[in-house]
Order: sequence, then C-alpha cells, then structure tokens
Amino acid sequence: MNTSLSWIKMYVPDLDVTAQGYSDAMTLSGTKVEGYQRLDADLENIVVGQIKKIEKHPDADKLIVCQVDVGQEQPVQIVTGAPNVKEGDKIPVVLDGGRVAGGHDGKVTPGGIKIKKGKLRGVDSSGMMCSIEELGSSREMYPEAPEYGIYIFEDDVPVGGDAVKILGLDDVIFEYEITSNRVDCYSVVGIAREAAATFGKEFKPPVVKAVGNQEDAADYIRVTVEDEQLCPRYCARVVKNVKLGPSPKWMQRCLAANGIRPINNLVDITNYVMEEYGQPMHAYDLDTIEDAHIVVRRAEQGEEFVTLDGQTRIMDEDVLMICDGRKPVGVAGIMGGENSMITDQVKTVLFEAACFDGANIRKSAKRIGLRTDASGKFEKGLDPNNAQAAIDRACQLMEELGAGEVVGGMVDVYAQKREPVRVRFEPEKINALLGTDISKEEMLKFLDKVALRYEESTGEIVAPTFRQDIHCMADLAEEVARFYGYDKISTTLPTGEATTGRISFKQRIEQVARDVAEYCGFSQGMCYSFESPKVFDRLRLPEECPKRRAIRILNPLGEDFSIMRTLSVNGMLTSLATNHNRRNKNVGLYELGNVYLPKELPLQELPDERMQFTLGMYGKGDFYTMKGVVEEFFEKAGMRKKPVYEPSTLYPYLHPGRQAVVCYEGKEVAYLGEVHPAVAASYGIGERAYLAVVDIPSVLGFAGFDYKYEGIARYPAVTRDISMVVPKDVLAGQIESVIAQRGGKILEDLSLFDIYEGKQIKAGYKSMAYSVTLRAKDRTLEEKDVSAVMKKILHGLEGLGIELRS
Amino acid sequence: MSMKEKLQKIREEALERIQSSDGLEQLNDVRVAYLGKKGQLTAVLKGMKDVAAEERPAVGQLVNDTRAHIEDFLEETKARMEQILQEERLREEVIDVTLPAAKMETGHRHPNTIALEEVQRIFIGMGYEVVEGPEVEYDLYNFTNLNIPEDHPAKDEQDTFYISKDIVLRTQTSPVQARVMEQGKLPIRMIAPGRVFRSDEVDATHSPSFHQIEGLVVDKNITFADLKGTLEGFARQLFGPETETKFRPHHFPFTEPSAEVDVSCFKCKGSGCRFCKGSGWIEILGCGMVHPHVLEMCGIDPEEYTGFAFGVGLERIALLKYEIDDMRLLYENDVRFLRQF
Repeated sequence: MNTSLSWIKMYVPDLDVTAQGYSDAMTLSGTKVEGYQRLDADLENIVVGQIKKIEKHPDADKLIVCQVDVGQEQPVQIVTGAPNVKEGDKIPVVLDGGRVAGGHDGKVTPGGIKIKKGKLRGVDSSGMMCSIEELGSSREMYPEAPEYGIYIFEDDVPVGGDAVKILGLDDVIFEYEITSNRVDCYSVVGIAREAAATFGKEFKPPVVKAVGNQEDAADYIRVTVEDEQLCPRYCARVVKNVKLGPSPKWMQRCLAANGIRPINNLVDITNYVMEEYGQPMHAYDLDTIEDAHIVVRRAEQGEEFVTLDGQTRIMDEDVLMICDGRKPVGVAGIMGGENSMITDQVKTVLFEAACFDGANIRKSAKRIGLRTDASGKFEKGLDPNNAQAAIDRACQLMEELGAGEVVGGMVDVYAQKREPVRVRFEPEKINALLGTDISKEEMLKFLDKVALRYEESTGEIVAPTFRQDIHCMADLAEEVARFYGYDKISTTLPTGEATTGRISFKQRIEQVARDVAEYCGFSQGMCYSFESPKVFDRLRLPEECPKRRAIRILNPLGEDFSIMRTLSVNGMLTSLATNHNRRNKNVGLYELGNVYLPKELPLQELPDERMQFTLGMYGKGDFYTMKGVVEEFFEKAGMRKKPVYEPSTLYPYLHPGRQAVVCYEGKEVAYLGEVHPAVAASYGIGERAYLAVVDIPSVLGFAGFDYKYEGIARYPAVTRDISMVVPKDVLAGQIESVIAQRGGKILEDLSLFDIYEGKQIKAGYKSMAYSVTLRAKDRTLEEKDVSAVMKKILHGLEGLGIELRS
Repeated sequence: MSMKEKLQKIREEALERIQSSDGLEQLNDVRVAYLGKKGQLTAVLKGMKDVAAEERPAVGQLVNDTRAHIEDFLEETKARMEQILQEERLREEVIDVTLPAAKMETGHRHPNTIALEEVQRIFIGMGYEVVEGPEVEYDLYNFTNLNIPEDHPAKDEQDTFYISKDIVLRTQTSPVQARVMEQGKLPIRMIAPGRVFRSDEVDATHSPSFHQIEGLVVDKNITFADLKGTLEGFARQLFGPETETKFRPHHFPFTEPSAEVDVSCFKCKGSGCRFCKGSGWIEILGCGMVHPHVLEMCGIDPEEYTGFAFGVGLERIALLKYEIDDMRLLYENDVRFLRQF
C-alpha cells in the first residue's frame, strides 16, 4: 500500500511533519512505513517560465534560442533543441545552478543532474526547459505531457511560480506494510485516520453527500443474489448521460502518486474511490446488461468466460459470477467481462460496490490464475458497511466532475447487516496485561482517537465494523499500548515460581556427537530434509526396499525437493561431492538431522522422525578411522561396552566387502562402510569415501553419564603375546570374543599388534599377533594363574582352526 | 714407602688424573682405577692385613679419608662436566620457534549451531527449558490452535508445504508452543529451536528450509513489560551490552498485543551502514502476549494465566552476527566455509 503525503493531508489538513518524522512515528504507532520517496529530492530551482521570443540558432539547424521570462527583471536566454515549444508557452525552467532528476529518455540519475549556464554552439544558454521525464516523472502519470518535448503548462499558471509545486511534485510517496488484520488501512482514509491519531491532529474524512436526481435506480436495474454466503452485500447505482473525458489534475496527481495511471474520468473515479475507501468498484455499461437484471451466482463447472483482458477463462462451481439476465458479465471481485466493458460510446453506467467472501475470492483468483488490484483487496475480507459509502462517494464525484447525471436511489441487497462489535472495557485488566499504570481516562482518549467509542451505559467499547480486528480485551490493550507508546512501557522480568533451565537428554547426546565429531576432525554440515525420489536409484536401493517408501510433498518446489528423506546419506554424499568438485582435500563432515519414516502411506499420522548422526569423509583415513570415530562417540556417550561389528551387505550404496552393522548389547545402533565405487562415481567423488550413520534414538537407551571410579590398579600386570596363523575367513572379532570370554575377570586388555598376509604365510591363512594384558585387582598374579588362563585362551583359539606359532 | 706415603701418593695421582680427565668416560676410568674392585685403593685395603694391629685404626681412617676425598672430587668434577655437557646440548638444541605449528585437525561447528548455542545459553540461564517438536506437523498445531483457522490469509502468506489436507511441514516453531501448553504443566518457560519450511525458492536470502527459535512463558501475572525486559536482556547478551531495542506494533494471529523488535545495528552502533540499510536498526524477531484464544484452545484459563511468546530466525542471527552474505552457503557444506567458524 502506498499513499502520498498530500493525499493524507487532504484528510488531516493540520499535519505538519517531515517525511522521516512521519515515517518514524507511524511505524511506532503500528502503521509500518517501509520506505518513502521524495518526488522532489533531486529537483532544485525550477520555476514556471514563459517563452517571449524564439530565434533560430545561427550555427545549428536543430537548435533554437529562446528568451524566457522567469519572473525576474530580465528574461533568461535558453538554447534548446526541443521541437514542441512556441512563443507564449509556459514551461518548467531549471535555472542556472538548479538540479533535475534525470534525462529526457526517462533515465533517473541518482543525486540528480546539476544545470549550469554555458554555451551551446557558441550561443549563451542559462538554464534549461524541462520535459516531464527530466522532472523525474513520466507520461504515464502526466498524460497531458507531450510524447517528445518540453512539458507545457496550462495558461493560468503564474510566471516565476514554483513549477515543482504546481506539478504536485513537492510530495512524498510512502510505502506501507499493512498487516492482514488491518483491512481498513488498505485505504487512504484508513491510513489518514491513523496519522491523525498518531500526531494528535483532527481527522477530516471526505464528506459524502447523497446525490442523485428524482429517479430511482431500482427502475433501471434489479439485483438478485443467489449466494449470500459468498456475497453478503451488493450495492448498485446508476449514472446516466455519461460524458467521458479526462479527470481533473488533482485527481490525476493523487492516482499517479499511488502508482495508478490516469485514464478517463469514469475509470479514474472508480480507482480513486478504491484507493480512498479501500473498496473496489466496478462500472458496467448498463446497455449491455440484458433484462436490466444482475444475478450473483456460482459459476457452472467448466463454464467459459472472456475477461476484460480478452482471455478465455474456465470456471468451476466455487467461482462467483456476476451475471445479467442471460449471461455472465464479470467474475465477482476479480475482473469484469469483455462483453460489458465500458467503451467510448457508453451512455449509462451501472456502478457496483459489493462485498464478497475474502477466502473465496482468494481461492478463485488462484484457481483461475488471475490476481487483480480488486481481488487483492477483496480477499482480505472487506467491511460491507463500507460499500455504500464508497458507491455514494463515486456518484458524488461523477456529479461534481460533471461526468454524468446520477440517478437517485441505490439497489442494495444486504441480507444480514453487520453490526459493530462490543468489548467490555476493563482498564485494570489492560494495565495488568501491559504491566502499566495508565488511567482509565487516558485509555479512553487513545481509543477514541481511532473511533473506538466508549458507551457509558453498558461499560463497553463499540468497535466500528471497519475495525474487524477488535474482539477482546487484548485487542483493546494493543490499541492503548500503541498510542501510549510501546517504548514507554517499562522493562521488567517475569516474577513468580523459579524454573530450571535445561536441555533434554537427547540434546545432550547430540552435543556429545558434535563434540566428538569435531575433535576427530569432522565439520558440521546441514542438508535439506527434502530431496528427489531419483536419489533411491542413485543409491542403488532395490525396488522393494522399504526406504523407498517416502512421504511426498503435495506442492513441492520441484521434483528435486519432493520427498521427505528416509536416508541421510544422500545429503552427505552430495556435500562430499561438492567439496571434491571444489578440490578440497581431506574432507570430513558430519550432520545431525532427521529422517522421516512414514508408518503408513498415505500419511495418516505423523511419521517417525529419527535423528541421524551421519559422518562422511574422503582423503586421509579409512574404514578403521571411521570406526574409531563411532567408538569414540559411544564411549563419550557413556556406552562403555564393546560394540559388535557384523560384516554386512545390507547397504547397497556401500562396498559389499567393506561395510558393517554396529550392534550394542545385541541391538543395531549404527552402520558404516566404504562408499560403493559405483555410487561414489555417480556422485562425482573420485576417490574412496567412507560413511557412518548412527541412529540417535537407538543409542539413547544405552547412553548415560553415570560414571563410577574403579580405582587405579595396584598390582602388576602380566603381558603375554599370542602369535598365530589364522584361516582367512576367521575375523578379528571372533578371535577377540574368544580371548575376552576365556580371559575372564583377569583379562584387562587385548590388542592386535600385527597382521600380515603374504608369501611367508601359507595360502588361505593370515598371520596375526595379539598382546594380552592380565591383572588381578586384589593380588599379584602368579605364574600358575597366568598359564591357566592362557591355556584356556589358546585352546579356544585352536577351536577356530587357528595355529599357534611358537 | 709407608702406608701413609703410599696413600698420599695414590691420592695425589688420583686427583691429578681426575683433574686432567677429558669427559665422563675418562672420569669413570679413574673411578674404576682407584675405587673399583681391582682399584688401587681397594688393593691397599686388601693389604691392611700386613699392617700392625695397633696401627690399623689410624691407617683405616686414612684410607677412608683418602677414598672420601677422591670420591668427593670425582662427584664434583662429574657434576661440573655434566653441567657443561648439558649447556652444550641446550645450545645445540635451539629451534626456530617461528616455524609453523603442527596443526591439530579438529572440525568446525556450523554457524547456525554456534548461534543457536549462544541463544540457548542465554535462555537456559534465565530458567528456560529447551524442547523440541515434530517437523512434520498436524495442520491443527501449526495453524488452528494458533488462531489461524481454515481460510485465514496467513495460511497463504506462509507458503505452506502440504503432505495431506491435515499434515504439513511446519512453517514455524510456534506449534511447539501449542504442544507444550496442551500438556498443562505450568508455569512454562521454554524455547523450542528447530527446522521450519516454507516454499521459497533458494536464493541469497531465502531457503525453503531454515530454523527458528520459539520462546514461550506462561504464568500468573506475566506482562508486556516482562516481555520487553526479557527480550531486551536477550538482545544485550547476544549483541553486546550497548544494544538498544525498539518494539514496534505488529500483527501475529497468535499474540495480542504483538510487536516486532529491532536492535540498534551492532555494526555501526546506530549511525547507519550497509548492514542496517542505513536505518541504524535491524529487525530480529517477532513477539507478543499469547492470544487469550490460543491459551483457551490449549486448555489454559486466560483469566488466570497470561504469557508471552517470541520467535527468532536463527539464520537471520547467524548471517548478521557472522557477516555471511549468502544464505546458500549454509547448506552447501563447503569446508572452506565451515572452517571459518
């Protein structure tokens, strides 16, 4: 929403404020000014001049030398190439040292262009005559300006007068952000009311006089509203003997300042009233309305209609149509029809000011793909009581501007009159909510400024119907607060029962994950929650894989963002690929983000959102590096038992021989592996890459921060090395579980210190060497203790087909 | 030669050799030559049996004295030599301390998380609990219970992603408010950070997925002044003690009165710069008193309890605080970006 300052001043004549002052104060009282533009910011020293004499330039065919009276003792001499001026013309002249906004090609120069006297082809020229473009505006806004050449004033302007003022360019255009609850502020009158209240000035809205001849509009037109739900009110008035012509300058200026192009008196009046009252109006050529009957009804399914813009549009049953006795003539609240369009031949005009259901207009505009200024206003839900004021105002203007003869009376279909809302006035509750101590009288003064009147007899505030946002005490509190001043309300802290600030256990575990990942060299990434269904093929998931059952977004931004991810690895692989493409070496990333697993499709209840701790890396490190990070996380999360790694081929995007499922106390909690070379290649990661995914909900049951000190060993340890030749298919995990199980209580530690496969070892075998540390808590181990345990271990190992080396 | 003379001679020779020895090894040779098992002094001791019994104590004393004398001198010389050696070694071991450090390769936290942790720290300190809610959410919680009924224009304004008629990707973290209030445990002081979704195309200032932090306090006697005080304190902790706040009236369906909050630009201190687009102020959050209708719908008696709520855009804070000029960087995960935090 835009307004010019001058238009606001029409209703708040005493307003005397700078643009910045207006902007700041209005914003603080709740009408946010997004910005403003002073139309004369770059215009300086521009007066009305009159050309007294024109001579040819002695040395240039296309130039003329003018003597211009600028209201000073002596005329100034100006050389120009403009083709359209003649002696006697009154024109805007920028004097020597003044500034204009831009060139006559319409290009605006920031800061303006300074005009200095000089010589043009040897002839002195002091100042410049201006086109409308040089004054920073356009023919769109000043239709009387010539297409190419100097702007020429009407004859009655005073020579030497301020040209900027006369053109109405001494104005400021404000741009507002109006919130959706303040429908009334989508109008100049509405904003002016706020301005008057903000600055404590008198508000003088337009005085609407009931005009019209002795005839009755009801004799010209009949109105039937078939759907009162979608059309709570329909007002119709008639103007006959219409005389089309340009509207007056003041009206053109007002419209131009609001960015609306002046067209003719009839169109300009409807636009003017729409801006002024926020009520869109429509004008039909009454002679095109068959049977002199307007019918407001829902469209038929598939009904075709040609709108004003010449487009054929297809309707459905939810679109409301304005029809005459035989055919549709307009799409309600959106656009009129080509068939009832006003032409230059128009004799009698039918004005429509109606109120339509906002939500329906919004949906219809979307459905038929046509949003107009009118629909933009209607969809906010207008006040039906405003319609009459607007249509009367339009008729008044028609008469005042001599645009036609207004027929008396109004056809008004208004089944259920909207009444003002009443809210109990409870000043003590308002003070309690705001934390203020404002007197009742002061509150009433604030409320009264915006037409919220107190009714003594009932103790209620009566909110006019244009204030659709007032329903309860809190709404009144806001009105009081914004005129009292948000800035004047003190700052306190909540009192009352103390509460404990904390994060949840899950959040603590996530914090551990972040800490561990980072000190292991992984940086945190963030990936989108939605991705493309093509991801599944890329990850080589088989057709029947349950992970392919993803939640679809009904209105996605595109195929690439159309499903909620069921796996976190695509985001990680994409991020690794981005880094690889950009030649970043040794990259380690982690992400903490949800996957979304539907319980059933289509979704009936909310999906299982599972937080995944995903790690990915390439460059330095290998499978075992990744494994180390996972174990470090488990340990720091308080999972002190040894996780079990099962070789796996379950994950098709991982190398089939280099992936493992990680189980903790028998429950699967994570998996990791090397990225399948085909997958890595398809993502464009040109080297070995590794992934690990920890399912956070699965570890929560095992994690904890309940540490217990176990003492520092006081008795010496005994270390024994076991060197063995192991069949290739026996896993380190198997060997370790034998050692752990057989070592029993006195086994303190075991570690692999050598592994070798090669020529020296017989085919099908590998050489492995473990170091085993034994220690008792309560005594020094004796040789016999040690040898008994070692014997058990070695015996167990032999059971795996392992040969012991001496 | 008398025993005495003999010892005298041993002593002199020994001292002489200690004196002239060159290095710890030679010194050790001297020790062995005189004090070792087969050393000269040991040999003298072995010859004690030939000394007359009455002279033995005196001679024994002399032997011991001589031994002590040699030992002392040996130790002294050794210590001196060792000190010289150490000094030499230290001189040799001088390093170039300006050579590059052996870098500890640790990872880096995402700027969003750093900003979130700062915000959390501030509110936890004020007794707020950090809670979470689902990202795929019922329309009921995302809209209806927040006073945004069917057909409300805000539903369009927020460009919602729909999963079904009743299920959406949450457009705000505010539904967590409704969920917490519904549980009925009062008083409430909570913040709810999390991911939210709106159908905005990706560009330098928009992302279809971003983060918000919701705040909610519900108790008896909570006032708008409390809201102002709380957020002013928050802004000062986050942006510095000089930070000014400005509350402007605004509209949100689930709060009344509502406000938008600007902070004085922490870059130019309010004089106007590129960051604040010359205004000296930066908009950082929306807030208000919980709408009585919302309290009611969540089963809280608005006659007895009042509350305030606020919502902060996490990316907005991160972008401003760390001067990141393009939102897309946050989701690209380029380590050259991440390593700067």
